[in-house]
Amino acid sequence: MYAYDELDRTLINERVSEFRDQVKRRLSGELTEDEFKILRLQNGVYLQLHAYMFRVAIPYGTLSSKQLRRLAHVARRYDRGYGHFTTRQNIQFNWIKLAELPDALSDLAEVGIHAMQTSGNNMRNVTSDQWAGVAPGEIEDPRIWSELIRQHTTLHPEFSFLPRKFKIAITAAEHDRAAIKIHDIGLRLHKNGDGETGFEVLVGGGLGRTPFIAKTIKPFVPGRDILSYIEAILRVYNQYGRRDNIYKARIKILVHELGIEKFAKEVEEEWKAMGDVGLTLDHAAIEEVRSRFSYPAYEKLPHMPDELKQAAHDPLFERWRKNSVSAHKVQGYSIVTLSLKPVGGPPGDATAEQMDAVADLADKYSFGEIRVGHEQNLALPHVAKRDLPLLFKALDRLGLATPNVNLVTDIIACPGLDYCSLANARSIPIAQELTRRFANHDTADLIGRLHINISGCINACGHHHVGHIGILGVEKNGEEFYQITIGGRADENAQLGTLIGPAVPYAEVADVIEDIVEAYLALRDRPEELFVDTVKRLGVEPIRERVYATR
Amino acid sequence: MPLVKQGRITTDLFVHVADGAELPGDGAVLVTAERFLADPEALLRRPGKLGVLWPNNRSLDDLVPHLDRLASVALVFPTFRDGRAYSQARLLRERYGYDGELRATGQILRDQFVFMTRAGFDAFEVKKDADADAFAQTMKRYSVFYQPTGDGRVTALNRRMQLRHSESAGQ
Repeated sequence: MYAYDELDRTLINERVSEFRDQVKRRLSGELTEDEFKILRLQNGVYLQLHAYMFRVAIPYGTLSSKQLRRLAHVARRYDRGYGHFTTRQNIQFNWIKLAELPDALSDLAEVGIHAMQTSGNNMRNVTSDQWAGVAPGEIEDPRIWSELIRQHTTLHPEFSFLPRKFKIAITAAEHDRAAIKIHDIGLRLHKNGDGETGFEVLVGGGLGRTPFIAKTIKPFVPGRDILSYIEAILRVYNQYGRRDNIYKARIKILVHELGIEKFAKEVEEEWKAMGDVGLTLDHAAIEEVRSRFSYPAYEKLPHMPDELKQAAHDPLFERWRKNSVSAHKVQGYSIVTLSLKPVGGPPGDATAEQMDAVADLADKYSFGEIRVGHEQNLALPHVAKRDLPLLFKALDRLGLATPNVNLVTDIIACPGLDYCSLANARSIPIAQELTRRFANHDTADLIGRLHINISGCINACGHHHVGHIGILGVEKNGEEFYQITIGGRADENAQLGTLIGPAVPYAEVADVIEDIVEAYLALRDRPEELFVDTVKRLGVEPIRERVYATR
Repeated sequence: MPLVKQGRITTDLFVHVADGAELPGDGAVLVTAERFLADPEALLRRPGKLGVLWPNNRSLDDLVPHLDRLASVALVFPTFRDGRAYSQARLLRERYGYDGELRATGQILRDQFVFMTRAGFDAFEVKKDADADAFAQTMKRYSVFYQPTGDGRVTALNRRMQLRHSESAGQ
């Protein structure tokens, strides 16, 4: 955990006072709605279909139990008793009253939580691997760098009014759980030939109506130079990014229009011209931030404790363990994913009671720490293996032990037309119906890893382009239709999905998805061949034929 | 529209002169980039201070050679969501060493004062009287800064390092 010091806390409180003044000026009419809109967006406040929506940052997906309890408090006190975890390590509250927002922010500030730059045309909440610091085989803990970048990007005096939003994600593991290739800047921590730690810098990824996979702009930027290099990218973007058309304003369009070589050259020139502007991170500066991260005092524990051997006789426990428990870098410990995708439930939602209970379980079994991943699930990052059976029982009682992590019902979905003013179609009911269709866990196991992503409009908050199966809601003559793509992926081999056929009406989506899955089961080479690999091997056509033959 | 300079509302000595309009015989004037670049020498010879209103989509390259003879550079925020002039301001101050008046014009609200000051602006044509009145108070909103800029405010990281240094020196 990163421990906020007096300076971090002061800044968050100062931001709350500023926002209180902005709300006051809006309520008194001193600010027009147009003016206020930009200001509230800088602090995570959207106006949705029914009410204001409030998006709170969970930087690089790390929460303490105390912080999670406070989120539960906000859900209970200012909202309707639940929150929604998003694909960018944020939590959203959907029913906040404007006049109460400053108080909600103030309550959150007491535990070091804020909503700065969770929306608006600025540098957004920095995201990272939810297993950072505990995944085996990491180069080093990417949260050190995430925090350095979080600080650098917070209330940046030059880049708070960019052409469009700007998202940075960081990974330090071989398997990319942070989806860095669909971010404006993706950073992959690695070591060069001399053993020096630095970053492969990717730029120009993003989804929305013009999706692009990020391209490498520089294979190695030493860690000490990463802030100045990011600054150079942002400066080029701030000056040359398009401002005439909101749909062409993301950096991906600039990179695409200039070409990556030309863009890289512009950045390189700017970077060289910057000289020493106080952004170089020397060893002491990096260590200063590193020293604020505390790590659990792990015990020396056996790889296979008796408790685990005994529990292996319980098939329900075993199914959950095989699905939701992952290897930890320390022997005797595990990373446990808590599925927020119950059968029939809206993906990513958690009630205040669940949040409180997870906070208690984190205190008891995970050194008080919780993680939030872009797949809209939670994780307990340091669970002793001997505690797994008891933890399973507790999670099961809370409805947080659905053994579907990474399976067909672990669906990523945006809020869609049920909440969002931009949406063309509903997302949540589609997800709910699919979880019912695939409710049988044996079937889901048989299908294997399969990511379904649903977006209710072209803005692609549900990342449908990079779902193994992507579902995009569109509007046709006043009716909800859905375009379906297959073969997308968001990991280190990120790729955009391919359209499988004509859009289908709301009522037929679940049938089509079932047919796609059946076609895959019939076509796969062997049970271990994942859906996305079968699509890669065969292309879309054989699946399209089977699915659309009778339609 | 009130002008805030050196933290106070002051009388604007500069007259904005539109393209094609006649220049006053003396006194300080602000002219457009186009007018300035058409004949910089003539304008610079004229008695009275000269300022140039530089658009936010024009490279600074044509302006830089004249910086040491200009009394003011005015940068433009066509709307307050258009932040290009923040980059121009930092470049003028931090890269090209410009030390004359750097003026923010356009849609200027109190909510930008801290950002603008940090980027190097020291004069503000503020849209609303209430915001101009609130300038000094608004500048006190923040006491912690994460980024180094040319304004010299000490960053949080540097304050922590100093603290650490003095703590270890005291042991």
